[in-house]
Amino acid sequence: MIGTGQVVKVGIADMNTVKAPDTIRTSGLGSCVGVVLYDERSQTAGLVHVMLPDSSLGRTETINIAKFADTGIPAMIEQLKLEGVQPFRLRAKIAGGAQMFQFTSGKDTMRIGPRNVEAVKEYLKKYSIPIISEDTGGSSGRTIEFNPSTNLLNIRTVNQGVRDI
Amino acid sequence: MYEKNITSMHLDVLKEIGNIGAAHAATALSTLLNKKIDMKVPKVEMVSFDDMMDLAGGPENVVAGIYLRIEGDVTGSMFFILPVEQANQFIKALVQDSSLDFQTGEVSELGVSAMQELGNILSGSYLSALSDFTSLKIYPTVPALSVDMVGAIVSFGLVEVSHVSDYVIVIDTAITEENTLNGESVKGHFFLLPDPDSFEAIFTALGVH
Repeated sequence: MIGTGQVVKVGIADMNTVKAPDTIRTSGLGSCVGVVLYDERSQTAGLVHVMLPDSSLGRTETINIAKFADTGIPAMIEQLKLEGVQPFRLRAKIAGGAQMFQFTSGKDTMRIGPRNVEAVKEYLKKYSIPIISEDTGGSSGRTIEFNPSTNLLNIRTVNQGVRDI
Repeated sequence: MYEKNITSMHLDVLKEIGNIGAAHAATALSTLLNKKIDMKVPKVEMVSFDDMMDLAGGPENVVAGIYLRIEGDVTGSMFFILPVEQANQFIKALVQDSSLDFQTGEVSELGVSAMQELGNILSGSYLSALSDFTSLKIYPTVPALSVDMVGAIVSFGLVEVSHVSDYVIVIDTAITEENTLNGESVKGHFFLLPDPDSFEAIFTALGVH
């Protein structure tokens, strides 16, 4: 049945999991990257809203694991294991990592979007999770919603409309 | 970390800073548009990143956002956020081009540079007032414009603070235009987000410990 599922929302630097018929969504991705890990067989998916590439950039005693690519991705794999998903079945779809503002200054912070994308890819590779599709880079904000029933990631932008990847 | 060392007295000092800065910016905007622009007493809060998006109308709310970095004795990020209709109105009044519409992306180069210049003037008056008040050197970078979702725009300014915290101190001033029918409505926001390391400089300059 269509339209019976709930939408699980994921905030910035946050993560959660979902099972069909529910869908999972995060809004207003700019330089952040939305990483969806999903298992077709159990129709289970997890979404991490990654804000920074590496937790070594953090300067706090306690870290929010969902904030960083290097900690968020393994934490999501663990969480999906608890939901009964076998890690080797996991596939990934990723979106985000835009450069919202164009500057002449070459400061590293300005390139945070591309750096997040690079880090996410590096860690997905490390855990041998293939990326099935991606919509990254550019200069547009994105709202993304993953549907574990169809394995489609819906991407909405302000100026470039809506598409499924 | 820094969220634990900030007391209500510190927040009051930051409120005063927002007050002085935004008052100058509102005056500059009134003069430019020849309209009465008011501002609310600023709110200074320590909020989660998600709450920061809600201050500007929710992460998916589409706005015209001007962003600039602050360099000097104090570093940080500054945003001037306007609802798209309001940005259209302001810029139409400034460049006398009625076809201009930020919503459709059909914005002439003139429109974009007018919007950037508006951001330049407003943030310049905000920050120079702040600099005079604190005797701190504050240099704004050239502003950049983006018309997009608030979440996408504002999260960029949270990158620095996200290294040290999951909370951000926001100096938020809402600007309003006088409306004879409905009283007043909020037309935009100034968000000043000092980097975590900059609070000490601000408080020391003002003799607060």
